[in-house]
Amino acid sequence: MSPILFWFFALLMLVFGAAVVVNRNPIASALNLVVSFLGLAALFMSLDAFFIGIIQVLVYAGAVMVLFLFIIMLLDLRAERLRKINWVASAGGVAVALALLVQIFYVIGHLTFSKQTFPPLARSEIDDVHNIGLLLFGNYNLPFQIIGVLVLVATIGAVLLSKRERR
Amino acid sequence: MNVFFITTSLLKIIGMIFVVILPMVSYAVYAERRVSALIQDRLGPNRVGPAGLFQPIADAAKFLFKEDFTPAQVNKFYYWLAPCLAMVPAITTIAVVPFGSTLLGVPMVIADINVGILYVFAISSLGVYGIVLAGWASNSKYPFLGGVRSSSQMISYELSLGLAVIPVFLLVGNLRLTNVVRYQIENGWMIAPFIGDWANLGKWLLAIPMITSFFVFTIAVFAETNRLPFDLPEAEQELAGGYHTEYSSMKFALFFLGEYAAMITGSAIIVTLFLGGWHLPLPSLHGGFHWLVVDGTAPGWRGVVGGLFNIATFFVKVAALLFMFMWVRWTLPRFRYDQLMRLGWLFFFEIALVNIFIVAGILAYFQF
Amino acid sequence: MVTLGHYLIVSGILFAIGFAGVMLRRSLIIIFMSLELMLNAANLSLVAFSRFHVQPSGVPDYNAQVFVFFIITVGAAEVAVGLAIIVALFRARQTTHVEDINTLKF
Repeated sequence: MSPILFWFFALLMLVFGAAVVVNRNPIASALNLVVSFLGLAALFMSLDAFFIGIIQVLVYAGAVMVLFLFIIMLLDLRAERLRKINWVASAGGVAVALALLVQIFYVIGHLTFSKQTFPPLARSEIDDVHNIGLLLFGNYNLPFQIIGVLVLVATIGAVLLSKRERR
Repeated sequence: MNVFFITTSLLKIIGMIFVVILPMVSYAVYAERRVSALIQDRLGPNRVGPAGLFQPIADAAKFLFKEDFTPAQVNKFYYWLAPCLAMVPAITTIAVVPFGSTLLGVPMVIADINVGILYVFAISSLGVYGIVLAGWASNSKYPFLGGVRSSSQMISYELSLGLAVIPVFLLVGNLRLTNVVRYQIENGWMIAPFIGDWANLGKWLLAIPMITSFFVFTIAVFAETNRLPFDLPEAEQELAGGYHTEYSSMKFALFFLGEYAAMITGSAIIVTLFLGGWHLPLPSLHGGFHWLVVDGTAPGWRGVVGGLFNIATFFVKVAALLFMFMWVRWTLPRFRYDQLMRLGWLFFFEIALVNIFIVAGILAYFQF
Repeated sequence: MVTLGHYLIVSGILFAIGFAGVMLRRSLIIIFMSLELMLNAANLSLVAFSRFHVQPSGVPDYNAQVFVFFIITVGAAEVAVGLAIIVALFRARQTTHVEDINTLKF
């Protein structure tokens, strides 16, 4: 992956990610998040993780964000009306986020191997679907089944929660 | 990443979009009008050019010169964005579909990636944004209802769509679409797995779930492309046109063309997955039940002719499916919305799910 | 050249953006979206490490990608339940603003 493409997609992801937080209109936020996720999927693919990248688009951009949009439209959430901003709380929030950022930068700066480039792969075309599938049904068989139960529980929970109570 | 690869890829992309998809879309509109006329015992457009063949050009000119009206209360940015979002995913999907074998040694597929079918689902699931945004940005009741309807319809039918292809990949063991075509050439098409292996009971049994899977997939494609009998998002009689009510001129045309482009890519996927892709079974000169494979690997002019023949085969199959789309549209009435949802969740979803278990059972029992 | 550190820093910035969103915004939906951003930032560094830690056979370390798969699945399930809770809350209180939801029982 050439550095130009890396920076393009990284900036795309970060700028639209920031727009999610800054935007007042929830629909605009949701759409910015979609673009951000597409940039992230491109970064995954730049790391030769094609399966994860495609799953990212399929699950997040294709399903989860449509669900978000659907709920925003259903509840008819308009742009937030301007409230009195609690400056102390906002400044605190920004300060904590900045502190976290500084910490992350400090840790990454002190990692010796973070200056190394990625080692080359043996084959240019690697069947990652095959390999992930082998791991998923082999080593991670029990977690996989637990995830299945979790999804079932989530489905039942979502149906129960969104059912109207009979009075 | 050499110059040759980039040049051929660019040529394929440009050729695919401007020489194949866009003319095919405009002539699909013309064909739709002629076919509907045929079915309803009318004549259809036959005035512009011989047999009305220049009608698409006249339509395009009309759309371009119409007033591009933007209603006052719409959300401008998203109102303009929506038609583009409706068109792009439909065209992008075609990138992974193998539309021919090879031509002069160049594989006739734009991007042969190892997660081909997942890519198709991922990109086509983005198509819903165009419709939802159009409905929301129009800031008007009927388009909004159309947008909400379509988002829930597309999410619901994506499940059947995804589950219906799993049997194919249980057989092939690979998500790469060129491998799916290769498998079908060697072992018979997906809807007729018994070809070439007539005495095998297992293959005959396998045909039942594979044909079921084909039908579930095709019907789900109907729902995903908002075609009748599932065109609830734009039902004229109840929604006054649905999500594109407030659109006019070229922006409306983009929705219209996007729908046909989605139909063409949908047909191309169906052909690739179930109907043997670019392969046409010809009886072999050497006798027996082995099919003669015509492709572009032969040396000299025979390779070129073979490659072109494969491409032609593929698009003839796509055109046949498009005709079926139109035939269904002008024959069946529209479903009611609750019927549509019940059909998706309580019927096709279960059928597709049970189908996977049947195919897995047959594969485990007969071991082929 | 793009190094592992670049990916980690981008992932860290994305995490901080999501974190700031959770801290600053008062709309439940936006907070929820910011949570998704944070989950995905973690995914990015996992995939970067997976690519960095190439096995002797010359393939990436797929264990990390399996984790990412699990995170995406759990994230999707979380969104389904979370949005159902938001809808239920909206039905009860007609708001998704966290400062209006300040009683335990209503």
